Amino acid sequence: MKLALLKTPDTDLKVSPVPKDTAPATPKLKQATQSHRFDAEIVSVTKRYAPLGAPAVDNISLRIPRNSYCCLLGPSGCGKSTTLRMLAGHEDVSEGAILIHDREITTLPPVERGTSMMFQDYALFPHLTALDNVAFSLKVRGVAQIERRAKAREYLELVQMDHLAERLPNQMSGGQQQRVALARSLITRPKVLLLDEPLSALDPFLRIRMRAELKRIQKELGISFIHVTHSQDEALALADLIVVMNDAVIMQAAPAREVFETPTNAFVAKFLGGHNVIQSKGREVSVRADQCHLGARPGMNSLSGKISMIEYQGTNVRITVTTAENEDMTVLMPALTYFDHAPEIGETAQMSWEASDEHALAPM
Amino acid sequence: MPAAQSAAPPHQRQVLSPKVASWLQVAPMAVIFTLMVLIPLAIIFVVSFLDYDFAQVFPELYLGSWVDLFTSQLTLNLYALTFKFVAIVWVVTFVLGFCIAYFLSFHVRSGALRLLLMAAIAIPFWTSGPIRMVSWVPLLGREGLINQALMGLHLTSEPVTWLMYSEFAVLVAYINLLTMPMVAAMANSMAKIPHSVIQAAKDAGASEGQIIRDIIFPLIKPGIAIGSIFVVTAVMGDVFIVKQMSGSQVNTVGMSIVTELNAFMYPPAAAKSIVLLVIVLSIVGLLLRFADIRKELQK
Repeated sequence: MKLALLKTPDTDLKVSPVPKDTAPATPKLKQATQSHRFDAEIVSVTKRYAPLGAPAVDNISLRIPRNSYCCLLGPSGCGKSTTLRMLAGHEDVSEGAILIHDREITTLPPVERGTSMMFQDYALFPHLTALDNVAFSLKVRGVAQIERRAKAREYLELVQMDHLAERLPNQMSGGQQQRVALARSLITRPKVLLLDEPLSALDPFLRIRMRAELKRIQKELGISFIHVTHSQDEALALADLIVVMNDAVIMQAAPAREVFETPTNAFVAKFLGGHNVIQSKGREVSVRADQCHLGARPGMNSLSGKISMIEYQGTNVRITVTTAENEDMTVLMPALTYFDHAPEIGETAQMSWEASDEHALAPM
Repeated sequence: MPAAQSAAPPHQRQVLSPKVASWLQVAPMAVIFTLMVLIPLAIIFVVSFLDYDFAQVFPELYLGSWVDLFTSQLTLNLYALTFKFVAIVWVVTFVLGFCIAYFLSFHVRSGALRLLLMAAIAIPFWTSGPIRMVSWVPLLGREGLINQALMGLHLTSEPVTWLMYSEFAVLVAYINLLTMPMVAAMANSMAKIPHSVIQAAKDAGASEGQIIRDIIFPLIKPGIAIGSIFVVTAVMGDVFIVKQMSGSQVNTVGMSIVTELNAFMYPPAAAKSIVLLVIVLSIVGLLLRFADIRKELQK
């Protein structure tokens, strides 16, 4: 059923606000075949809300390769949502340029940019059924009712919501509303889909199911998704490209594994979690918590402190060691190893690690 | 027998049946409503079927008041004029109200400025009704600002007389009075539309006109209904503005009821009141079918 959707030619919509030359003869819903270098490119973009105030986004540049799942990750107020809104055309760009599929779209209105935004609160039209919500963008382009409903139904099938096509938004659960919102964004055939904290309103179980779904749909459509989140788990699980932001600038933009294994600075290491940031031999380094051990070992670097917390997490046990400087270090050890020794809270302990596991951090 | 005593409840607690309890709860309102609304209405209804002369009402069946009401051209004209006022005022306040509310809700970005402009709409209502009526004279009167301007520009050689003490003047006063409730009701509904919903419609490529027609209108139906009820009931029930602004030269149903009451002609006044009440209630009923107001009041 999904394959059928991918083969649906756009031409059956009989919509022609788009000049004919830009539309291939038999365009597929899958768009990755077109020749362009990057799905999205941000070139030295700055956003200031007040002319002389501190910028919300400060001279950032980013290239998003074709067909990638990109997560903008950072604490609230870091500028990630502003970046997304500038990509969507909901916010003016103060300086710089934005390109989608190698075409500059910095000042174009949202509908002409080739982007589509899925809102955090879903922003479904409360008076329209799921089907008419999805069909709305076709309606405003003057597509006849039967045609646009048929098309909308295909997109509802893609997100597995076709059985609730006649429901109103307030008759659906949050997860169902989100699927409809996703279908409504996708029916405009965006080159890049923008998602503003799409999973934050869902309960943990649904969140994990929905994120797998998002990844599946992204791969199926072959377009780029840019997903704003403040959850590192979400970013690590989903992203081909993680962009860690803080204080209006990009701290690191790299594949998930690279960001996790070689964070560029202390902020990235701490924000991602699972790392200890340590002063070792006069320089700042990060060591993954699962590569730290409890107890002094010969030939290893170590520091001492007091065990202040022990969290049993099933597979692993997470032990917090508080140093004399009142800094919290984390040791993540397999539960089996933990129960061999069973250290207790309040005990003095050594934390040790291999010098080769140290990763040097750049000063911030 | 201490043990036996402690086993029994310390005192027999009289529990009312839920039915009785609910009746008791509605009783105060029911009594007031019956005494002050239903019984007077019933009296009015009865009186409308009674005979009368210049000084009193006789307890004798007389259908003349009702026959007159439905056959006299004069009375039918009164209703026609009242409807005309309602229709014109509704259309004008609706258009004005929507434009103002739309502008305030979707084009004024700053919340503080919006509040200020809202307050500005309400400023004329800080004065009492009679003062507001009198203050039309310097503007619309024979020697008023508008006439002076027209004559100063040599557009007319003598003052335009229909500006004041005319149907026109009555309409101006109604519109001035009733645009605000229309704005308030619609702006209140518009404020409940999340910004992202409008943005989503824009993203889908909808023009401003399409957004108004397909998104905003359907979503502010309850506000339109509330504003409309306000306007319809105010115009239908008004005597004060008609009297002041027309200098008692324009006669609506309300005015004629007052005139008849002053002349002790209670039965025809009663008959007219009942018909007016039925009409107003039907219009309100119709508007309530059009939009679920309870939903609007909930949120």
